[in-house]
Amino acid sequence: MSNHHHKETFITKYVFSTDHKMIARQYLVTGIFMGVIGVFMSMLFRLQIAWPDQSFSLIEAFLGRHQDGGVMTPDIYLALVTIHGTIMVFFVLTAGLSGTFSNLLIPLQIGARDMASGFLNMVSYWLFFLSSVIMVISLFVEAGPASAGWTIYPPLSALPQAIPGSGMGMTLWLISMAIFIASSLLGSLNYIVTVLNLRTVGMKMTRLPLTIWAFFVTAIIGVVSFPVLLSAALLLMFDRSFGTSFFLSDIFIQGEVLHYQGGSPVLYEHLFWFLGHPEVYIVLLPALGITSEIISTNSRKPIFGYRAMIGSIIAIAFLSTIVWGHHMFVSGMNPFLGSVFTFTTLLIAIPSAVKAFNYLTTLWKGNLQMNPAMLFSIGLVSTFVSGGLTGLVLGDSALDINVHDTYFVVAHFHLVMGVSAIYGMFAGVYHWFPKLFGRMMNKTLGYWHFWITAVAAYGVFFPMHFIGLAGLPRRYYANTAFPLFDDVADVNIVITLFAILGGAAQLIFLANFFISIYKGKKAEQNPWKSNTLEWTTPVEHIHGNWPGELPTVHRWAYDYSKPGHDEDFVTQTTPLYEGEEPS
Amino acid sequence: MTALLYVLLAIVICVALWQITSILNLKSAIATERDNNTQGILFAAFGIFFYGLMIFSFWKYSVILLPESASFEGEEYDTLYLITMLLILFVQAVMQFLLFYFAFKYRGIKGRKALFYADSTKLEIIWTVIPTLVLFGIVLYGLTVWNDVMDASDAEDPLIVEVYAKQFQWEARYAGNDNELGLANVRNIKGINTMGVDMTDKNAQDDIPVRELRLPKGRKVIFKFRSQDVLHSAYMPHFRAQMNCVPGMVTQFAFTPKLTTEEMRVNEKTMAKVDGINKIRAEKGEDAYEFDYLLLCNKICGSSHYNMQMKIIVEEEADFNAWLKDQKTMAQVVQ
Repeated sequence: MSNHHHKETFITKYVFSTDHKMIARQYLVTGIFMGVIGVFMSMLFRLQIAWPDQSFSLIEAFLGRHQDGGVMTPDIYLALVTIHGTIMVFFVLTAGLSGTFSNLLIPLQIGARDMASGFLNMVSYWLFFLSSVIMVISLFVEAGPASAGWTIYPPLSALPQAIPGSGMGMTLWLISMAIFIASSLLGSLNYIVTVLNLRTVGMKMTRLPLTIWAFFVTAIIGVVSFPVLLSAALLLMFDRSFGTSFFLSDIFIQGEVLHYQGGSPVLYEHLFWFLGHPEVYIVLLPALGITSEIISTNSRKPIFGYRAMIGSIIAIAFLSTIVWGHHMFVSGMNPFLGSVFTFTTLLIAIPSAVKAFNYLTTLWKGNLQMNPAMLFSIGLVSTFVSGGLTGLVLGDSALDINVHDTYFVVAHFHLVMGVSAIYGMFAGVYHWFPKLFGRMMNKTLGYWHFWITAVAAYGVFFPMHFIGLAGLPRRYYANTAFPLFDDVADVNIVITLFAILGGAAQLIFLANFFISIYKGKKAEQNPWKSNTLEWTTPVEHIHGNWPGELPTVHRWAYDYSKPGHDEDFVTQTTPLYEGEEPS
Repeated sequence: MTALLYVLLAIVICVALWQITSILNLKSAIATERDNNTQGILFAAFGIFFYGLMIFSFWKYSVILLPESASFEGEEYDTLYLITMLLILFVQAVMQFLLFYFAFKYRGIKGRKALFYADSTKLEIIWTVIPTLVLFGIVLYGLTVWNDVMDASDAEDPLIVEVYAKQFQWEARYAGNDNELGLANVRNIKGINTMGVDMTDKNAQDDIPVRELRLPKGRKVIFKFRSQDVLHSAYMPHFRAQMNCVPGMVTQFAFTPKLTTEEMRVNEKTMAKVDGINKIRAEKGEDAYEFDYLLLCNKICGSSHYNMQMKIIVEEEADFNAWLKDQKTMAQVVQ
């Protein structure tokens, strides 16, 4: 391996960099930028849900022709929920989370000089950047951005006559997502190859930190399922632009019969959810991997049940590809299929429960170091349990009938994948900020950020279950057309107030993040007294990560507080002393 | 311009936050023993907030929930739901308690060494097997209910009703005397034949198109759903019923109404809910609301998705039959 320092220009260092650490930063900053847009959109539509007739200067200022006197139009409301979902799921929690931490940590924690292909890695980032740009541009087209929901079910997404957002806005959405998928595939292939081939001496698969296991398995799920979404997007483009009928049939709209015949929207639903459900785990597994590492380090205890944790990651990954139909219990597919999917879906609860129990046992009798990253990790376990449990209702076909597409679903998935994954991402940022930028983030701001966010998140999503159980459908621009729902109005106001609080709390994070890059305290080499390899690299980034030889690994990553050692951590590079039992 | 001001304001707040922590000299980064202590206690406090929020929500928001099922099939649903919910709440209460308690109890103290406890096959087996058994129980029970609800093949003399969805309204068609719906396709839509019924089909002649859905109490109703344009979802929450309406195909759902509209209006839970609603409406100076069953659209379908509804009236079978007899058949309407 070469570790020569070739000359770098501004362009090769900061723009078209092939260094995994720089690419990780690029992913993170782009992800945060998209996150700001996505969260801000949720603030706007929460205002509309809570106070449907009221005029807001915020809405007037940002929505331009899509509002009338400070009240948003129904079309832009649907567009906002659509783009909020798209941005948060794909751009923030897929690219922002995996892109950042897989890139940063895979080479550093397995002891590699860089990714297997630095060039592909760079291409992957720039494709992601391009798709982000296109998605942002789509917000400004004449008829508004895509507005058929983030699942873009046809025919609504296929016909501009059905909703204005299905014109140019949807075209750009599809192009952006197609490029995004290409980016994601390049990234995932790179992660898989790197983990398999570039581990340093002694880094057996069974010594990998759980972060790497999570990123590795996530990449595999991505490679298996993202192409299917690409095919769905391409077929939808054909239906939209070239007159094919893959997903469309027998449609009469605005006074005329369309020519489509023989297709089925249910086929699209199958293709979409074949990615869509694994996507939940693409989002969640990296967050769980990060949490495993952080909880162990900050509890000063080995992660409990390392092998069971790997087993559950693999089990979850496998099961995630055979459960997609639980999004379609009432789609009109054969009820027998519903039974099968109920069975497979509830199986996922078993490895998930194992993970939750193992986290609890890791905390038990630990010596918890309450760093901001640790707070977010504990927060993740809490929301993962709260959100995961309601999956027992939604994954059960019989029970799903009456809560399908209601706010109960919205509450469920926001807790279990939205909030949990975001907590994982925050935890990762606080924990590895020293590796990303060579400086530390401010602890006090981190504490404020966590506590306000934690209170707000439950304040938003706990009451939301109730309005779902009251039968309130999601994606309603206003509930005023139904006197039946007059009594959920108060709950919606409470939710919006908490949402605004939670949104505002993210300003604390933004301040802490961006100013710490320049003004944060200089990092020491191993600030959290961690065992993993990334903390043996110098604080200042260098090409090739380690100045001399690559480190050799002698033990697993979790020898915290091991009897027979003076310190409460034993780095992976420490050889076993004579007579020491490997863990 | 105003938008820019908002953005600037956000940036100013960010910088101000940073400056405040700088001035107070709070720029440290790694948790000290004091932090561990404070944060551990905060987790205990958060636990209290968490349980408080849960109890408050149940106390305050239970009134807005749906009343008992208005269909017989829904009774099974309600029982399954209750059992599942109790299980969820039990596990939730225990797990969250342990989590917040551990975070409080084991907050870091300088010099204390954590317990090195990396694995226990026994524990792993226990908490793999127990959830597995419980889940199998739930799955078996759930699938029994699912099969009962979805399988309408053994119904005796069911009433067949087509529910037809389009942006942004519902229509319905009863199968008439022969209890068989005539063929239909959007290509037949013309003038008053808004559902595209094929008038050359002999089964279609006695079909009865309506704009208001009435159902007989105690007789199984098999719904056939169609859509004219995009996906819709026929959601009848009071009956625990939902099915998507898909252009190009016919979907099905069935239930037997248990309570007439009148009976549901005097249901205790319904009355409490309606009282609550009317209190709110009175404050806003709106007319009093009277309970009715509803069919709502529950699949995003366009701009007016939020206002796509149809009233459902459940009445005694004799009243229903009398009403149906007064309605015009397709043959009469198209003429």
